[in-house]
Amino acid sequence: MAERRIRVMVAKPGLDGHDRGARVIARAFRDAGFEVVYTGLHQTPEEIVEAAIQEDVDMIGLSSLAGAHRFLFPRLMELLKEKGVEDIVVCGGGIIPKDDIPKLKEMGIKEIFTPGTPLNQIVEWVKENVKPRGSG
Amino acid sequence: MGKVFNESVFKDIEEAQREWEAKFDQLCERAPERLKRFITVSNREIKRIYTPLDVKDLDYGRDLGFPGEYPYTRGVQTSMYRGRLWTMRMFAGLGTAKDTNRRFHLLVRAGQTGLSVAFDMPTLMGYDSDSPKAKGEIGRCGVAIDTVKDMEELFDGLPVDRLTTSMTINPPASVIWAMYIAAAENRGIPRHLLGGTIQNDMLKEFIAQKTFMLPPVPSVKLIIDTVEFGTRQVPKWNTISISGYHIREAGSTAVQELAFTLADGIAYTEAAIERGLDVDEFAPRFSFFFNSHIDFFEEIAKFRAARRMWAKIMKDRFKAKNPRSWWLRFHTQTAGCSLTAQQPYNNIVRTALEALAAVLGGTQSLHTNSLDEVLALPTEEAATIALRTQQIIGEESGVANTIDPLGGSYFVEALTNQMEEEAFEIIRKIDEMGGMLGAIEKHYPQQEIADSAYRYQLQIDSGERTLVGVNKYVTEEEIPVEILEIDDALEKLQVEKLHRIKEERDQAKVRESLERVGEACEKGLNVMEPVIEAVKNYCTLQEVCDVYRKVYGTYRDPGIF
Repeated sequence: MAERRIRVMVAKPGLDGHDRGARVIARAFRDAGFEVVYTGLHQTPEEIVEAAIQEDVDMIGLSSLAGAHRFLFPRLMELLKEKGVEDIVVCGGGIIPKDDIPKLKEMGIKEIFTPGTPLNQIVEWVKENVKPRGSG
Repeated sequence: MGKVFNESVFKDIEEAQREWEAKFDQLCERAPERLKRFITVSNREIKRIYTPLDVKDLDYGRDLGFPGEYPYTRGVQTSMYRGRLWTMRMFAGLGTAKDTNRRFHLLVRAGQTGLSVAFDMPTLMGYDSDSPKAKGEIGRCGVAIDTVKDMEELFDGLPVDRLTTSMTINPPASVIWAMYIAAAENRGIPRHLLGGTIQNDMLKEFIAQKTFMLPPVPSVKLIIDTVEFGTRQVPKWNTISISGYHIREAGSTAVQELAFTLADGIAYTEAAIERGLDVDEFAPRFSFFFNSHIDFFEEIAKFRAARRMWAKIMKDRFKAKNPRSWWLRFHTQTAGCSLTAQQPYNNIVRTALEALAAVLGGTQSLHTNSLDEVLALPTEEAATIALRTQQIIGEESGVANTIDPLGGSYFVEALTNQMEEEAFEIIRKIDEMGGMLGAIEKHYPQQEIADSAYRYQLQIDSGERTLVGVNKYVTEEEIPVEILEIDDALEKLQVEKLHRIKEERDQAKVRESLERVGEACEKGLNVMEPVIEAVKNYCTLQEVCDVYRKVYGTYRDPGIF
């Protein structure tokens, strides 16, 4: 059987309404041949994790542009662990100060993409770092 | 006044232009043009040259007129910047009310001439600082306001009877405005003396900025409540700032920004008329807010086209008779989305060009972005440079010496005409969908913007479009800039303060006044008086918004991409 396509979720945690980047990257993922789930805006970390499990995604891409990543990203990582799905790859993007990045990576977030990153660079990163879950 | 060009000149110009074009083409065979397509930031193709042939039909009186005269292409005020420069209004908000108050005092000392408040996400969405949804977001991208007490601290020591205040607030605009009025009245300043603006434009929230609370129809109902109340009681207040800014930031083209914004204006005008108001009563207090992006001439043409279009819409479509109703007065902000995290000092130059376009386009007030806004909220130093940029344009460069200096430019006039024509075509499409509410339901503007945003990104990625420091002239070394830190401790302080106020207030009065707000909502009455009373009794922002949510329901993002 052919390996199934990569399923990615683009998620907007918190109250931040800046969704230009999230929607652009969702389209780029779709054009790259991934299956894409977009959560829409104003999701709590709990809602995102629940949807990720239900949709059986291989990766969650978090977008944050209003400074709440410091609370929301770690909270999401905690929840993944609690639910036993820490094998879902998590990356993030948006307005995230450089000094915050090492801390986020320590918590298990695999990559942070800052403004100006070309779309194909992100797509390539996903191809290299995300495999369909359960495929060993 | 009649036609600018006499018919008889065209033949000679046509002939000369043909010869010149042939010469140019010949040259291109040896040395081709440096680009395949010369396009604006909105993907509009620009010709080699513009001549009288591009504006053959130009009629001075019909198309341009004098500043302060219909159709206002050259400016809404008669004296424009010869009388007074635009209002230099820096958008600011960070941490607690006290922190932001300190920033306001600094900016006023540095010579800014109006105030502008940025609220944090919980406030923008109608949540108090002690809501579980507010966790991690308090004071992060603006100031946290829970009660009238915060509002009083925010404007402490600032002359709000002389300085006008703009507040970027949308779903809870009625409540925040009520707090502003209550805080001023508690200081002994009567409401009729207050001047300023609430953004209060929900349609563009559904389209672009995406801070929403209630479904579209009740959202518009609350807006019309503020319009009605303002018309009668706060006559110097702009009750709405119909905004293209966020539409553009979300990725639209210049023409989409123009068309969607004016279509929103049409929807609000229709709703206010339906309420039983006379167009000439309320339209003079409508104001607008546009983006000034990096494409210099296209932006200037957009501002000029906007003025002419709104004058026509008001006069012809709504039969407004008061010339003030024909005026499109607008605030401008330079384009945050044009700034780059790479080589951040380049952002000072981008902002200066964008600010210059806004001034040449005849803006009434202006915010200039700081060089570090792509990284975090601006530091004091960065915000001061941004303000100085406006002062240099206004007081050193000489561009404000004469009114509409680009009027009559073949290129700018041709672009102005072209953009007007294209924007009216989009407005016609929206009319066919049942107006902006119908179009939003069909996701028409949302989808159009997403398409433009995606195309733009692909052009950057492919190198068809240059972004200095990002896809060309890239440097390896990072240029360090100072980043403003918001103290994590302020969350706790703000929540404790809110709890103290909640304990000390008169609980019976709180209950009664919230019931009155609920009654007004259910009966379809104007909410403003009950909301002012409620906030004077220390009802919180969220308590009033929860009443709205209970009566009207909530709106969820459809999540399309």
